[in-house]
Amino acid sequence: MSADKYEVVIGLEVHAQLSTQSKIFSWSSAAFGADPNTHTDPVCLGLPGTLPVLNGAAVESAVRLGLAAGCKIRQRCRFARKHYFYPDLPKGFQISQFDEPICEGGAITFRLHGERRSIRLVRIHLEEDAGKNLHAAAGVSFVDYNRAGVPLCEIVSEPDIRSAEEASEYVRAVRALVRYLGICDGNMEEGSLRCDANVSLRLRGAAAYGTKTELKNMNSFKNVRDAIESEVKRQAVLLDRGERVVQETRLWDAARGMSAAMRSKEQAHDYRYFPEPDLPPLVVSDVELEKARASLPELPEDRFERYTTSSGLSPQDAGVLVAEKEVAAYFDAAVLAGAPPKRAANWLINEVLARVDDPRKLGAGDTAVPPAALAELIGLIESGKISGKLGKDVFTRMWTERRRAAEIVAAEGLAQVSDTGAIEEACRKVVAANPDEAARFRAGSPKLIGFFVGAVMKETGGKANPKTVNEILQRLLTS
Amino acid sequence: MSHPDVRGLSIAAIADGVRAGKLRARDVTEAYLDRIGRLDRALNCYVLVDAEGARRRADAVDAARAAGRDPGALAGVPIGIKDIFVTRGIETTCASKILRGFIPPFESTVTQRLADAGAVSLGKINMDEFAMGSSNENSSRGPVRNPWSLAHVPGGSSGGSAAAVAASLCAGATGTDTGGSIRQPASLCGVAGMKPTYGRVSRYGVIAFASSLDHPGPFGRTIEDVAALLEVMAGADPLDATSIPAPVGRYRDACRAGQAGKEGLQGVRVGIPDEYFQPGMDAEVEAAVRAALDELARAGAKVVPVSLPHTKYAIATYYLICTAEASSNLARYDGVRFGHRTKDPRTLEELYARTRGEGFGLEPKRRIMLGTYVLRAGYYEAYYGKALRVRRKIADDFTAAFTKCDAIVTPTSPIPAFRFGERMGDPLQMYLADVMTVAPNLAGVPALAQGCGFTRSGLPIGLQIIGPPLGEEACFRIGAAYEARTEWHRRLPPDPAAGAATEVAS
Repeated sequence: MSADKYEVVIGLEVHAQLSTQSKIFSWSSAAFGADPNTHTDPVCLGLPGTLPVLNGAAVESAVRLGLAAGCKIRQRCRFARKHYFYPDLPKGFQISQFDEPICEGGAITFRLHGERRSIRLVRIHLEEDAGKNLHAAAGVSFVDYNRAGVPLCEIVSEPDIRSAEEASEYVRAVRALVRYLGICDGNMEEGSLRCDANVSLRLRGAAAYGTKTELKNMNSFKNVRDAIESEVKRQAVLLDRGERVVQETRLWDAARGMSAAMRSKEQAHDYRYFPEPDLPPLVVSDVELEKARASLPELPEDRFERYTTSSGLSPQDAGVLVAEKEVAAYFDAAVLAGAPPKRAANWLINEVLARVDDPRKLGAGDTAVPPAALAELIGLIESGKISGKLGKDVFTRMWTERRRAAEIVAAEGLAQVSDTGAIEEACRKVVAANPDEAARFRAGSPKLIGFFVGAVMKETGGKANPKTVNEILQRLLTS
Repeated sequence: MSHPDVRGLSIAAIADGVRAGKLRARDVTEAYLDRIGRLDRALNCYVLVDAEGARRRADAVDAARAAGRDPGALAGVPIGIKDIFVTRGIETTCASKILRGFIPPFESTVTQRLADAGAVSLGKINMDEFAMGSSNENSSRGPVRNPWSLAHVPGGSSGGSAAAVAASLCAGATGTDTGGSIRQPASLCGVAGMKPTYGRVSRYGVIAFASSLDHPGPFGRTIEDVAALLEVMAGADPLDATSIPAPVGRYRDACRAGQAGKEGLQGVRVGIPDEYFQPGMDAEVEAAVRAALDELARAGAKVVPVSLPHTKYAIATYYLICTAEASSNLARYDGVRFGHRTKDPRTLEELYARTRGEGFGLEPKRRIMLGTYVLRAGYYEAYYGKALRVRRKIADDFTAAFTKCDAIVTPTSPIPAFRFGERMGDPLQMYLADVMTVAPNLAGVPALAQGCGFTRSGLPIGLQIIGPPLGEEACFRIGAAYEARTEWHRRLPPDPAAGAATEVAS
């Protein structure tokens, strides 16, 4: 395949489950992970006679997301019914939005290899999730309706994405955004953030889009990337051979590393959309809109900007810190507690993050070394109380023993000896004990200074300030 | 028999008697249960009689009164519940095979409010399947018969409710009205019934036929009985987003205002729409309605001509919207979670197709197919979209008319009750009979139906009084004034002879 012959055109549909207390149209819990069919009520089960009542918290989440992505908020909009038959869909239709989505336009902004990318959005709309079919052995199926009625925001991008890598970075950026807003936990494995991709190829320079396929079932960043890469290759091979791409929906099989056709355009549903008659039009008042705007936190892009300018961090470090809001919050707290930003970033990235399996746990509040404790340790090093090398050991003990740096340093007598009298005495002792080495140093082997420093540090049990030791030795050996 | 004679008894008489300790709720309930046991084999009003539950509820009312607690505004009033209202723990089927065995885990707002007010539900009442029909011939449980003539239909879809009230098999009943389903059977059975303003009565727990057109409402023997039931049934409901937050009107006071003195309608303007008095109307119906208008004038009302120019589009608009919504609302009957499921389907498709094929009767199938056609991709604008725009025009007609009058008076049905089987072969003709009743559903305005005479063969004729949005009081005032000046509502159908026709050819 000729990699550069074709331009890849990708549009993504991301479904973000909103972490509201209750479901979008009824009162049962929207929480993940309960026993099957325990988070249900007559409404989400679609029992005859039930009616939907819109959850205001879901609307607020969608409005905040729309504002954060720079969308135009439609202050009066409608829900619509989207019909298809499937056992996990209790009413035989999904309540969604069709021609009047709550948010239109806007963009998701992120960095790809240091370059700023902005992917335009078509729309963001509110809808309800379906339940889940569980296929047991021997042709028996069960349905779990816990998920039925959990609120979703569907975020639809323009076909602005040009590579599999960019697609996965886009999803990362969406995830960071919804997590910063606190409206979705962004857990792709549990399905609270899901993604479908429309992929097509066209000859470079061509104006018209090629025939697209829709990829489904990609439940990790890696899956998004692998599935799209695989689809791009598959389409390129077809086009190279002069064959046509068939418009169809394909299901990604991560285990086999390939996708398979699920249904073709001809088999596509006629969803028979029409306005949901059980819900009056949704109205977002000016007051509600302003309240939502005022509630927006600092967003990932703004934070990145702040870290790379006023904090003086490298784009790489800033990128790592910004990716998870808990990491950024930890960083900000350490800086607020007095740590210089660059040092705080280094310690956080190299020591703290190396010790946690999931960086989101930093937000849990019981981190072994909280931000203020890290700042205290950095302070001890900056002020020369302990060496940087010793600092790493102290950090390890802080992490395992959950003690403060000052406490460890004091209890173990680890404070550096900066008393020049005591250090000078040790230096004199070492120089006197090694006359040959002293002679060779004076004869022009300056590297031997390391030998003397090491010996003094050993003599002082590692507590001497290396800088002071060096100064005194230089004086003694050259005088 | 120690039971009181409840034939023709009004809700007011029962509630007042029970509240005053002159009647025991249990005795009243037993009297109705006894009538049902003796007479309903011939009429087929009930699909389920909950005798034990009724006795328990009646005893609770008597106990509350004995303990000095308020037994409620409808204390001990035996009522029938159209089988479209969801009742906790009691099978609810919409008279459809597809819902056989469905025992709901929750209660409709309306039936909960009635129970809280002390009403005693006797059981679930027969209807056209999923409220689709004007004759009650579409019930999977067999048709209800008209108490005035067992060979005639009671109307539909709330035919069982109207017939049960007419035959004193309950003192009042609930119904739903999507295109006339309360008013037309009330008219054909000679009782009163009201379709209130859309959103005035909660639809929570009312099984949906056409969501934007479905109006739950009450049946009673008198206008005041209907008013008493509506006062309890109406009001905002947090479980129905389309319910109206406005306070409930004082409907019985409105009735009393109409009954007062010789000219209870002094200052009231009654509008007569030309479009409702067209060729095709039964001559006896027209004569009775014209006579009723004269009576209203004698009561002090000023009769003024009004125009509802889009009336001719009402039937087409109605059938586009109601079939579209029905096709959507009936999608949930798939055999997966409740009700009928076909035996041993080999595939998911087969589960759906066979369950629905076996479970739905002819009329729901017809409407699902029509509605699916109406909503199909690419045709939305031509059908549903256009119907919504015409619906707006029809509503605007009413808005304009109500600048000239306080209420509009028309016949309820252009014809009296017809014979079983007479119209089943011609569904279009059946649909056209809804011409008088569908426009108020499209506009969402309240409309009251009551008797205004009888044909020479003894079949009831009905009047319709349409009010502006939330103008129920105007309807009640006019209806009660008319009722106070006439005797039609006092006439009772004969009790059917034991062993009367139990089969109807159709």
